[in-house]
Amino acid sequence: MSILTALARAEAVESGRAQPLTTVRHTHIAERPLVLVPLSLAGEAAAPLAAIVGTEPDQPRLLVVANPRDRTQRFDFVAELARVVLSYVDGCARSVDTGAGGTKLRYAEAPQVIVPNRGGIEFVRLLGRSTRFRRPFGPYPVHRTVPILGQWLTFLRERADHPGSSMLLAMTEVLGNHWATGQSGLEDANLAALLGWIDPPGGLDGAAAAALAEDPLRSPPAGPSTDPTFDNEILAPALAAVARSDSDDFARERALAALTAAVADQMRPTWDLTWQAVRLLRGRPAGASVEARWAMDRDVFTMYHMALAEGTALPQPRRDSAVAAAGRLDRLEREQARYDAQRALDDPLVMAEFRLSGEAFTGTVVAASPNRVDTSGKKAALRPHITVQTEDPVRLEPGALLVSPARLAQQAMVVSVSSVDVVLELSKGMGRSTKQPAPGSVPEVGERVTYGPVTDAYQPPGRFPSRDDTPWTHGGPPPAVEYGPSDNDAAEDWS
Amino acid sequence: MDPLVDRLDRIRGTVAPRNHNARTIAALTSNPGCGRRGLMDAAGVNKGAVAGQLGFPAGFGQSRFAIARGNAFEAQVKADGAAELLQLLRERLGLAIPEVAYDDLSNVGGNASREVRYARTKALLARAAADRDDAGTLFDHPMLRLEIAGYYAYLEPDLIAFRAGGKFHVVEIKSFAVIDGQADPGKTAAAATQSAVYVMAMRELLAELGHPPETVSHEVVLVCPENFANRPTATLVDVRKQLTVLRRQLSRLTRLEAILDALPAGLSFDLAYDADQQPTRPADELRKAVSTIDARYSPDCLGTCEMAFFCRDEAAGSTSALGRSVRDDLGGVESIGTVLGLARGTLTPGAGQEEIAGLLRFAHKLRTECLDGIG
Amino acid sequence: MTNVIDGILRDFGSAAGRGVVVDSPPGAGKSTLVVRAARTLAEAGERLMVVAQTNEQVDDLIDRLATAAPTLAIGRLSASTYVPAQRVIKHGTVTVSGAVGDMAASAVTIGTAAKWATVTDGSWERAIVDEAYQMRSDMLLRVAGRFSRALFVGDPGQLDPFSVVAVERWAGLSWDPMQSAVAVLLRHNPDLPVHRLPVSWRLPPSAAEVVSSAFYPFTPFEAGTKPADRRLEFSARALGGGARHDAALDETLETARRTGWALHELPARHTVRTDREAVAAIADLVTRLLQLGPVAYSEHAPDGRPVTVDRVAVGAAHRDQVAAIRQALAGTVAADVTVDTANRLQGREYDVTVILHPLSGRRDASAFHLEAGRLCVLASRHRHACVVVARAGIAELLDTHPSAEPVHLNVPVRFPDGWEANQAMLAHLSSS
Repeated sequence: MSILTALARAEAVESGRAQPLTTVRHTHIAERPLVLVPLSLAGEAAAPLAAIVGTEPDQPRLLVVANPRDRTQRFDFVAELARVVLSYVDGCARSVDTGAGGTKLRYAEAPQVIVPNRGGIEFVRLLGRSTRFRRPFGPYPVHRTVPILGQWLTFLRERADHPGSSMLLAMTEVLGNHWATGQSGLEDANLAALLGWIDPPGGLDGAAAAALAEDPLRSPPAGPSTDPTFDNEILAPALAAVARSDSDDFARERALAALTAAVADQMRPTWDLTWQAVRLLRGRPAGASVEARWAMDRDVFTMYHMALAEGTALPQPRRDSAVAAAGRLDRLEREQARYDAQRALDDPLVMAEFRLSGEAFTGTVVAASPNRVDTSGKKAALRPHITVQTEDPVRLEPGALLVSPARLAQQAMVVSVSSVDVVLELSKGMGRSTKQPAPGSVPEVGERVTYGPVTDAYQPPGRFPSRDDTPWTHGGPPPAVEYGPSDNDAAEDWS
Repeated sequence: MDPLVDRLDRIRGTVAPRNHNARTIAALTSNPGCGRRGLMDAAGVNKGAVAGQLGFPAGFGQSRFAIARGNAFEAQVKADGAAELLQLLRERLGLAIPEVAYDDLSNVGGNASREVRYARTKALLARAAADRDDAGTLFDHPMLRLEIAGYYAYLEPDLIAFRAGGKFHVVEIKSFAVIDGQADPGKTAAAATQSAVYVMAMRELLAELGHPPETVSHEVVLVCPENFANRPTATLVDVRKQLTVLRRQLSRLTRLEAILDALPAGLSFDLAYDADQQPTRPADELRKAVSTIDARYSPDCLGTCEMAFFCRDEAAGSTSALGRSVRDDLGGVESIGTVLGLARGTLTPGAGQEEIAGLLRFAHKLRTECLDGIG
Repeated sequence: MTNVIDGILRDFGSAAGRGVVVDSPPGAGKSTLVVRAARTLAEAGERLMVVAQTNEQVDDLIDRLATAAPTLAIGRLSASTYVPAQRVIKHGTVTVSGAVGDMAASAVTIGTAAKWATVTDGSWERAIVDEAYQMRSDMLLRVAGRFSRALFVGDPGQLDPFSVVAVERWAGLSWDPMQSAVAVLLRHNPDLPVHRLPVSWRLPPSAAEVVSSAFYPFTPFEAGTKPADRRLEFSARALGGGARHDAALDETLETARRTGWALHELPARHTVRTDREAVAAIADLVTRLLQLGPVAYSEHAPDGRPVTVDRVAVGAAHRDQVAAIRQALAGTVAADVTVDTANRLQGREYDVTVILHPLSGRRDASAFHLEAGRLCVLASRHRHACVVVARAGIAELLDTHPSAEPVHLNVPVRFPDGWEANQAMLAHLSSS
């Protein structure tokens, strides 16, 4: 949160419409995302009740568990879901990115699964956790696709932690990163209310649309938790009717149809809203780095897909080992820094946060000495100076290092700051000559420039010991074999 | 009669005070700055009924599936003299519990009053505490009480208390799952605060008998289903922080006089129930009464307080409605209209608003500059 | 002190355990211990590695060690971007290099944890890990392979390590990378001896008691000096004057001079973080302080030593506050006074500090603002006096603070609780 966001929320209240927080879209939206709207049974850790899933807005695939407490029916549901998800995932691995260059193979697509909200991501985690250790043999065997689905869901869920990854998205979070509504962040967790502010149905203003969205009768919750009143008054009798009709085929069919219709009514509005949000996002131009981040997603997907096929995929243990945890944290922190930097460099409205705090500024070049050479060191070096006149309240000190979104390879060091201008010394990104900068590499007088404190330069990963060298300070090497599936997992009955 | 209690009784009106339970007591810590909630809770007002009469019914429903699941799990853990629980306490937590008796304190015969049941709990715990050795008894459904703003609130926890190593422990059974050692942090926090209420009440009971507070351990035993199975697992949860907060907030409740002094003498939230138990108090009049006490609305209230939808409506147009952090970022400017006026320069900043006005003007300029020409 | 250190060195010297932990409250002689331990071991012929957390700390340590042991060969392991500090290169015994290979002749090799983490071979029998509570568990994991046994020294009351990414994934694991190095070490090696340095030589008696009870409730310490040992005087009382606020400023500074603490309270108001009036008050206080010609009398300087700009520091919670204060001080006599965030002031010492209370002007307190370590660091940097600048209303803010922190299973509860520590500190300040 910042004053800029706070102001945008205030503007939204006044105008009755959500206000943009960005000038571009920072999240990749795939051509064919897979939208998944799950529902789970209240009171259970991860008992699926139903789901709508699909890649086309007009072709929702509805899956329902007629008896959520019945193990066989649950796994039938999971196997069905596995069919849809795995065929989607494999479909993404069908063509290779020919423009990638180098020797590395990269698929042209990667899966992008979109769930309505944060709860959907947790559902993916729990369903992945409860299925990846299952086996198609031994006690309570499952269909062979079930553990594979578990591995993919776990993979996707873990990607969702990576800053800038777009493989598993919670729609409320994506929208919330791009628009400020006239309500609180807490209320923004309701997809219908959030979209009510961004794209209200005809004739309504955001507040009215959000108020309607809070009525569970008009606008059922986006799951995975169901509305308690729905549970008590509709779902319970519907499930009971199915249970009673066990021996009567006709009655059973009718009861199943009634149950299916009831849960479909609960999920369908959310399905439509999620696609509405996909369309809205597609309508925004993508930021300059979005494609590069999606390429990273595709690289990771390519590697995992091939490793699974070859049987060399790393295990997905229940919890990270000491080494794995430290390595992952290192990677996440580097990705976060880079993602933050890229968004600021791609988007003047994100950079504006830094301008507001005086760490960045925009202004006009009023003087430049592009051929200035610094002879104080061992070797003479080209170090042009430019003077930028700015109205921004700059809070920088001499020596601070800055980068301009227009010249990412160039470094600028603050020489001096006065109340009206900033003098910068430039290095790098000026071509090979030590006397003359390459044309256009040094801002000219009259050019409007922005300088900020972020850089998306690559940070090398940290070095970590191998698992077997886990030091005594961290419990020593873990057992040789990571946790793998066993019969105990099969015995878990999910309720 | 205590004049404070008398005054609170008049504010509540003709109905009996709403019973506190561990959840409502725990909720006292969720927004302690709210005078409205503090007063209504202290007076035992049925906030849900008041909110309903004001036209803002609260939606705190519970799914029957969740209730059924919770009951089934608890019954399972307590079955056969709490055999599963005992095994867990011994094996998972390594507690040396001797041969055990199971004593359900709700069985007092007939429909004994809460006072009688409290006395019985007290007598049994007194005997256990006086024993040099651990008596080896699991006490189920003890009746406890806490003094809340002059009233005794009776607590009937679905709770087991036992003594091991010279200390009483509180067992809280919850049906949310612990998966690979982790549970929902929000639910765990709520369970910890509720358990802290029981620890506190047990400490008060034992204090009356002359035992020091440490007689009741600050580590409570949280029993939950493990992973996706129905097997229970037990985890020790340290509730010292929750105890500190509770102690402080409960002691603050007695400082209600300051709030009460500022209120009109005849103030009442009485809903004027008719013979059919229908409230007849006109909503307008009730709204006026409720509005005489300032609320401290924040969107977090929506999850914890029955009055929240009413207070949210009342807060429309104020920066509090946008969330605590927004309000804080705006340096305490209260109205959204003021924020926009300052940002656009149509409003002259008042005393102390110069700085936020400057920032807002700059923010406005930045947004205009960056969004110019973007749809 | 000597006895305590001897005991620690005995434990570390014995073959029994792999590690020794020493908890050191603010100014309790941590550096003295580290230098003594390094000398003792090096003089016994042992090659020693020393891990500190920042370049500043490494340079300080080298300066102290090289001064204490002028013939000891010391290696300064450093990154390529490191510019050797004057206080390091002035000692002819110090080799500065980025490669451990160049340190073969050095009895003691000192570097930051980040630099040590890049070293892939070589092993040392013993290591000293300084400021180990500032070090994150994942960093210890990266360097622990280099040594067999180690002495971990640090202040448990400092700020917890933090991260900008979501870390709940690891909550409850004994090797959660977000813990401090000491926490992870003790969870896996619960039997390691833990020593405590019981006496603060920095904090005056007026501060030791307050800081000890608010931030170290279960491991109290006391001041090594008596009230009579420390005295602050203003030698230029007549100077200055004229400005509108002077009376209030002088009263605050006089209170601080006399009692070691002063709360400079501004009218209650919710403000933006960079509260202009609070920033101005700090600038006025610091410049006024320097104009008053403060002289510190202490056990080190019984005849008094002027409190110069390098002996005064200003602390705040946020970077933008620091920037605003620096800007306000620019061009004044106090332009060179250190102004920094709590994070960066950890481990440093001054005669007089002026701090902006983290909760000043806030309407709602976040976990960040309430963190006990933040206030602890800010309130324990001074040898003579600390002036706290704050808007009125912090007591109410604490009282109305909703306690809705999530609870993770199997995560040890950290004490002191920030909320309680803040209450204790405020109660003391308001009464002084």
